[in-house]
Formats: sequence, C-alpha cells, structure tokens
Amino acid sequence: MKLTLWTYEGPPHVGAMRVATAMKGLHLVLHAPQGDTYADLLFTMIERRDHRPPVTFTTFQASDLGADTATLLKSAVAAAHDRFRPQALLVGASCTAELIQDDPGGLARALNLDVPVVPLELPSYARKENFGADETFHALVRALAVPMPRTEAITCNLLGATALGFRHRDDVAEITRLLAQMGVAVNVCAPLGATPDDLRRLGQAHFNVLLYPETGEGAARYLERACGQPYTRTVPIGVGATRDFLAEVARITGLSAAVDETGLRQPWWSASVDSTYLTGKRVFLFGDATHVIAAARIAAQEIGFEVVGMGCYNREQARALRTAAQAHGVEPLVTDDYLEVEAAIAAAAPELILGTQMERHIGKRLGIPCAVISAPVHVQDFPARYSPQMGFEGANVIFDTWVHPLVMGLEEHLLTMFREDFEFHDAAGPSHHGAKAVAREETEAAIPVVQPSGEVRWLPDAERELKKIPFFVRAKARRNTETFAAARGVAAISVETLYEAKAHYAR
Amino acid sequence: MSLDLPALGCATTPVLKERGQREVFCGLTGIIWLHRKMQDAFFLVVGSRTCAHLLQSAAGVMIFAEPRFGTAILEEKDLAGLADANTELDREVGRLLARRPDIRQLFLVGSCPSEVIKLDLARAAERLNGAHAPHVRVYNYSGSGIETTFTQGEDACLAAMVPSLPATDVAELLVVGALPDVVEDQCLALLAALGVGPVRMLPARRSHEMPAVGRNTRYILAQPFLGDTAAALDRRGARRIAAPFPFGEEGTTLWLQAVADAFGVMPARFDAATAAPRARARKAVAAHAATLSGRSLFLFPDSQLEIPLARFLARECGMRPLEGGTPLLHRALRAPELALLPQGPVLSEGQDVDRQLDRHAALSPDLTVCGLGLANPLEAAGHATKWAIELVFTPVHFYEQAGDLAGLFSRPLRRRALLAQGGAA
Repeated sequence: MKLTLWTYEGPPHVGAMRVATAMKGLHLVLHAPQGDTYADLLFTMIERRDHRPPVTFTTFQASDLGADTATLLKSAVAAAHDRFRPQALLVGASCTAELIQDDPGGLARALNLDVPVVPLELPSYARKENFGADETFHALVRALAVPMPRTEAITCNLLGATALGFRHRDDVAEITRLLAQMGVAVNVCAPLGATPDDLRRLGQAHFNVLLYPETGEGAARYLERACGQPYTRTVPIGVGATRDFLAEVARITGLSAAVDETGLRQPWWSASVDSTYLTGKRVFLFGDATHVIAAARIAAQEIGFEVVGMGCYNREQARALRTAAQAHGVEPLVTDDYLEVEAAIAAAAPELILGTQMERHIGKRLGIPCAVISAPVHVQDFPARYSPQMGFEGANVIFDTWVHPLVMGLEEHLLTMFREDFEFHDAAGPSHHGAKAVAREETEAAIPVVQPSGEVRWLPDAERELKKIPFFVRAKARRNTETFAAARGVAAISVETLYEAKAHYAR
Repeated sequence: MSLDLPALGCATTPVLKERGQREVFCGLTGIIWLHRKMQDAFFLVVGSRTCAHLLQSAAGVMIFAEPRFGTAILEEKDLAGLADANTELDREVGRLLARRPDIRQLFLVGSCPSEVIKLDLARAAERLNGAHAPHVRVYNYSGSGIETTFTQGEDACLAAMVPSLPATDVAELLVVGALPDVVEDQCLALLAALGVGPVRMLPARRSHEMPAVGRNTRYILAQPFLGDTAAALDRRGARRIAAPFPFGEEGTTLWLQAVADAFGVMPARFDAATAAPRARARKAVAAHAATLSGRSLFLFPDSQLEIPLARFLARECGMRPLEGGTPLLHRALRAPELALLPQGPVLSEGQDVDRQLDRHAALSPDLTVCGLGLANPLEAAGHATKWAIELVFTPVHFYEQAGDLAGLFSRPLRRRALLAQGGAA
C-alpha cells in the first residue's frame, strides 16, 4: 500500500482507452464498475474530442457481484458489436474487474463474433497507463499484422501516437512532411487515425518510425521480429536529434538525408545576441523519459542552459534516462512520487523547470517558471494552432515555449542593478506575464531556504548582501558559502566571506 | 410565480427504470468538495490507481500542494496476501497524521477494489480510533462505484458521522448538506431573520463545531441526495421537515416556509424576512427566463439534483422538460418536488446510456444537461449542453443565487446565439 496524492500516470486500462480512442473502426469493452466512465471526460474535455471514446463499460454494481457479472460482460460485448459494428473488438478489465476474475477475453471469444476479438492483459496493481497503451497496441498488432510484400515505393509506418498524447497530432503531421521530403511515404500511422484493417497492412512498409517508445516500442519490436522491419531509435525532438533521425532513415533506406531547412529558425534565434542571457541558466527536467532525454540535449547543446537535474516517472524507460543523466553529469531521478520531485526541484533551485503539468504546479509554489514538455496532459497542451515538438518546426516551437516563461534579458539586468527597487524587486517576476507582483515577504516564504548549519553564523551585513542575490540561486549561494566557511574554520560569515566563496565556486 | 400546485404534477408518473451502461461518477467524487468544506478533515481512499486518477481528473487542476485527500493504492503484494493490508493501512495512516498535525477527522473511504477484497474499513476505523483518539476521530464510509453514484458519496460520508454525533435534548434546527460557505452564511442569515434557532450545520466547517442531535432536533435537507443521512438522523430520533429544495425563488420560499411552519413563525415575520430577497430573486431569474422560456430540456442522470432543477426550470423559467433522468429516485424525499413538477416529462431512473442517447437524438431538445463525457460529443452533434458538474461546484442555492442558477442554463443558449453571428462567409 502506498499513499499517493497526485499521479503521473493513470491505470493501464486508461492506456488501452488512449489506443482505442486514437483509432477508428475499433471498439473496446471494459469490464469495469460504474464510475470508471470518468475516463471518457479525459478525451472529451482535455482533448476536446467531438465523439465519445469508442468504449463500452459493463458498469457492474455490488448486486451483480453475487449474481452473474460474466453474463453482463457477454451481453455488453454483444450489444457493442451490434451497435458499433467495429472491424475488431478489444476486451479488457479495469482494476476492480481484475479482482473478480471473469476472464473477459475468453467470455468474449465464446460469443463467436464475426470480427477479431483481442483480449488485453492489464495488470492494474502492478503497471500503469503507458504500459497499458503499449501493451494494447502491441496486442492489436500481434493479432492483425502479418508479413507481406513491401510496397513498391519506399514507405514506413509511424508508431506510437495515441489519443491524449503530448502534441502527437502535430508531431505526426511534421514527421510525415519531413519524410515526404526525403521521398518516404507513410504506409500506416498507428494507433492515431488507423483502423484495424490498416493494421493488417503494417507489414508492407519498408521500416518503422518509432515516434514514442512509451506507447509504441512493444509493437515496433514485434514488427521487427515478425515482419523483418527495422525501426528508428532516434526520437526527432530538437534540431540535432531531427538531423540524426534523418540520417538514420537515410541509412535504412539509402535515400539522401538532405531536406529543406529554410523554415528552421531555432539555431539563429539561439545564436542571436538577444539570447545571450540564456547562457548557463539552470534547468531541471522531469517528465516521460523520451521527452526529458530529448529536452536535456536541446537544453544543453542548442540553447546553452545548464542541466542541474533530470528525471522521469516511467520506470520502463529508466535505463535510457540514467544513461542520459550520466552524460549530463547529474543524478537521475526515477520516481512517480510527486513530493519527491518537488523536494528535488527545491534542492536544485533551478531558474527554469521543464516538466509536466505537475511540475508547473510545483513551479508556481516555489516561484520558479516552468515550461511543459511532456504528458500527463492538460487542456492547455492541446492548442488550437499547429504546435509540434518534433522536427524542425518542433524545434522552433520548443524555443519559443521555453523562453517565454523566463525573465527577459534587459529585465534581468534591471533586476540586478536595482535589486531593492520597489517595482523591480526580484519577487516581482517577469513583467510580460500579467500577473500581479507579489509582496516580497510571501515570495520569500515560498523560496526553499537552506537553514544555517549552526556551526557558522551570518553577520547582518552578509545576510543583507545575500538577499540581493537573485532568489533562484540564493539557496545555493547560502549553502556554498556555509560549506566554504566551514571548510576554512570561519565561524562568522561576512560580506567578504560571501564574495570569497563566490570567487571560489566561480567557473 | 404561483405557489399553487400544478393541476397535474408528477407525483404518480410512472418511472422508466433503466439498467445498462451508466455514464456517471462514483461516490469518491464527493471528496472534492467535502475536503474543502471540512477544513480539518482528511479523506483517505483505500483503493487503486484508478481512484487516485479519478480524483485528480475530476478535480481538474491540482491547486493544492498537499490536498486533504489521498489514495492508499493497493499493490500486488496487498492482494496476494504477502502484506497484511491492515498493518499497511495503519502504517500509512500513522505517517499521514504525523505529517499533518492539523488533521482532526480522518475518513477511511472504501472503493470498488477494497469492497471486492472485503477489506473491513469499519474495523480499521475502530482500531485507528483507539490509536489516535482523542486528537483524531476516524470514520469510514464507502464511495465505491459498485455501491454509490456521485453525490451518494456525500450522503454516505454524512451518514457515517451521524451515529457519533453527541446527544442533546435541546430543540435545535439542523440544516443538512455541504453548502458553499457563501450560501451557508446566507442560509443562516435568512433563518436568523425568521427568528429560528439555534441552527446547526451538518457537516460543520470544523470538527469542534459538529452538531449534537436528539429527539428534539428538527432537521431539513439542503441537498436532495441525502437519503441515508436522513435515515440515520431518524434513527437518532430527529424529525425531518419535508420541503422542496431551495433552488430558485419558489424552492427557497417553500423550503423556508416549511421551517417557519415547524417553528411557529408568524406570517408577518416571514413576509418581512423574505419579501425583499424574493423580489430580488424573481427579478434576477426573469432576466434569464426570457432566454429559457419555451425551450425544451433533457436531463441526463448525474447528481440527483435533476428533478428539483427540472421543477425550477419548468416553473420559474418556463422551460419544457422532456426527460428528467436521475441516477436514483428517492420517492419520499422527492415527493414535494414531484408534486410541483408539471406533468409531461418522462422520468427515468438509472441509465442505459446508448438507449438514452437514442431517445435524446429523437427528441433533439433545445438544451441538454449532461456530464462531461457527453457534453462535447453532443455539442458537436449540434445540441446546446450544460455540464451538470457545474451545478454541484457552483453556489446555486437560496434567493441570491437563483439568478446565477438560471444563468448557468441560459449561458449556453446565449453563447450559441453569439457564435452564430461569427464565422459568416
């Protein structure tokens, strides 16, 4: 038993719903109690879908438990088949139905329907949403895809885009466009937009593009084995990763990786002098491993930030995350405990958080700006405009998104020059956000303050000087100064000590 | 607006009972407002990741750093019997209470999985009471989807508190149901103006303000979904004041009138206390009734507020209810409402959502009240909708909110009219 306040991922059957809802001509019957239908609103509200998810819930009640929940399931499957006439049916159970062990797959197959019935194994008490999506897509592909002759032209499948995915809709469009420039057509994009009949055609593509390992890796691996299709390992988020991705496609296909880059603005936006102030800004990254690993590379190499912490909530991809963290010289944080993430961010005292909607809330409380880079999603993550993360347009979008929450260059100078200015005090926040400046005392309380160790004491002048240091690095300056003083046997920290410590730690 | 009963009400209208897929929340959802209402209470759901995900999704945004609710998520080892669930629960509760010394009431909330594995939370609450009394009072109730629908969670929560309320012989009025603070204050002010008192609230904002109850207690429900709580109060000897619910000018007046009658308030005093707010409420409702009058209405089952709302919309706003769906129809509590609701609409209880959608499509009402899972799909199909959950999360009771309540229904219609002017070719 584990106490959880907020979760990064839903249960596995929500992952199954993400696959079913992304597809057409498919229906999912979930053996689940009343109340589990809440998940419908994730799709209709957060994603603003204009159709109900193609999901039937058996909504059994306590009185059914003593009687016959199996009959209820069978009639729900039969009714869904009659009403929706899908090309294939998925049958699974939510957490409660898993406990009553009705064997939904077996019961549904016993109906001898004229469409494939794909049973799902969704271990609710051990796994989570991403696993459920990956497993569901994998099960569908296993049931429907078969080896077949390749298309005449060079084609690929795009794997892993789902409903409720972070910018999946636009990533698919962007990557489709890029591949077209190389001369590669998309055979099938799945799950997003595909029908079960489309999945039967997966085998005719020359290779697979794995867009999101979280939700498509199982299917990509299966197709590699069963249909002999190689799949791409590079996730094309960021300029460097996009070019690497194109090179990888070129190696697989023998085509040229040269594509038109005229729309790519991020490198110049980053090189132009206005962006100098971005240099070395301390960023903390948290989200799904795929987006975090890609974002860390962009942060360090394309924007010039300093990565001071990174982590992911999905253990399935923890190994890749750990490797990346090592490359960036930081401790990897693999956890789905939101309080642990909050503590790690407070301790790292970054100037910018690149995280999920959960970290956006952490940022609000700690007074640290945040840009969202990963699921779990929020209605804000489904903008009306074209807004991919992948490809060259994705790199442009990312630059704008990350820079927007920051205090701008000139503003930052003014803040430093006039630290005690009543308008420009550092708690006032960036002027372009429209939020009312908060009283300094309140913001101070929200800043993680490192308590003096007790061995060293701050002289009043030094304490005042410390307050002039920007709030987001103040905790670190305090800690460094105390460590510095303690190491030298200095019992009382003066302004002098503070600046000596600053010089000592300067790089 | 006339207070006369309609020539033909719905008191004897047959009810269409449906059994099929229900597109409704489970009782855990009530935690979202209950944990704000009871400021020293913590709601610990003993359940699965689904429960935690529901609370998070239904709450919409995580505005609270550490909310006063959480989920003790059952893991494989709990189910396989490798870990003793009770020991695990005691440990998690111990940790929680150590971190949150401000918590004075702890609700162990049962879920579908905890009910199915028959985890005895009543005994757990007893045991934990022994360990943490007197600082913390531990209760338990079930908010599971296999037993409760949406607002039934609040009913189960309040009913669980009733047996341990202190006894009293004092003649007091008890107003039952969690109301937004602003509404509660208005309610108390109106009752004070009538000279009725002392007045207690269930639930109270803090544990030390919890009411006492006994055979001289008269109680009145402020929410229509509190059947079990009413039964529990009856068992304590308290007597219920039957009334329609305080939605709209008419509902509020009849609700107050029922209290006034029970406490022997003179008509002159009643008129003096209510005349001005009644006039304000009528005026405020009239502004929206112009938009709503003559429009047809279809209510999908959601919060059990459907019948009182249909009554308000029919009688004060001139709407034509076609179907009033409700997850549960408590005949005794709903009798005064059904008598007022003009005959005409189909009354349905329970749900088979696909069949109900077919009926809805055939009727094509001017306004549809439904849950969030259905709203956008119905809008996309050309229907104006009002999300039902807003009716539970918005102050809508009593005179000063009557106009706001009507506004919740008129806004979707006004909005469609506005947008119809845009995007012209």
